[in-house]
Amino acid sequence: MKPNPHLFIVIFIGVALVFPLIPLALAWLWRRIFQPPKPGPQKNSIYECGVESLGEAQIQFRSQYYLYAIIFLIFDVEAIFLIPFAVAFTGLPVGAFIAILVFLLLLIEGLIWAWSKGCLQWER
Amino acid sequence: MSEGIDEGLRRELQQQGVWVSSMQELYNWGRKNSIWPLQFGLACCAIEMIATAASRYDIARFGGEVFRPSPRQADLMIVAGTVTKKMAPQIVRLYNQMADPKYVIAMGACAISGGPFKQGYNVLKGIDRYIPVDVFIPGCPPRPEALLHAFMELQRKIDEQKLSGANKAAHLDQEQPSEFPVPSFGKHDLEPPANSNVFHPPAIERA
Repeated sequence: MKPNPHLFIVIFIGVALVFPLIPLALAWLWRRIFQPPKPGPQKNSIYECGVESLGEAQIQFRSQYYLYAIIFLIFDVEAIFLIPFAVAFTGLPVGAFIAILVFLLLLIEGLIWAWSKGCLQWER
Repeated sequence: MSEGIDEGLRRELQQQGVWVSSMQELYNWGRKNSIWPLQFGLACCAIEMIATAASRYDIARFGGEVFRPSPRQADLMIVAGTVTKKMAPQIVRLYNQMADPKYVIAMGACAISGGPFKQGYNVLKGIDRYIPVDVFIPGCPPRPEALLHAFMELQRKIDEQKLSGANKAAHLDQEQPSEFPVPSFGKHDLEPPANSNVFHPPAIERA
């Protein structure tokens, strides 16, 4: 008689359950018999570098950072798109050409806006 | 040593290839050969501690294994260097955050007494004022061999710890504290200047 082809999966699951449960049970027994747990406010504290934590973890960043995001898009991300555009320029169909122009226009609009906002000014 | 078995019988069995042990022996044998120190250096002694961990001296041969960057994973705190009064609360807090069982080696003249900076207004005169120290090593700085010796002394100490009974190890005793009060900055000095439950200086006899 041939054994069920799924039998090995059942055995595997059984071993996979028992294998981690034995050390966990041993640790639990050890705690019950020998070593009493000694929790405390400092031992259980979240931060573990020796310094007490100050303030809240959930702070908000200033919304002015969007200006940096815009300038990053213009001078960094745009360049990545401009290089393949320039390489394939002569063979581009009209639709693709207009699409990339719209893309450039949107970013140039952002550049003009950031310029007029004065955030390209070098602060001394 | 296991108390339950006669020493002669034990030796007789060993000759026949049967090794008899006790729970306590097995427990201490495992613990003393895998002591993970906290990766924590304060001053020039830390350089010697690094040398001890590196390949020439290699504390891993003795079970010193890996230096852990978190107190939660460490068994041993090596206070390597001058403890300033600014740093002392942090050290006590780190010690409190270590999981039991935990041990302390005070390494070098500064950590055990303040050393050459003892007269300094900002130097703690020994970390044993706030946390229980297991092994003291003198030296300025102690050589890596001295740290290895202290490590072996600590292993000897761990090996002798009792698992049960009246004088069982502190970490197994519910009554013994695991956290010690953290000193705070007072007007002139740390408050309190020493933890009287931990710090037992020898009485000075004057003729």
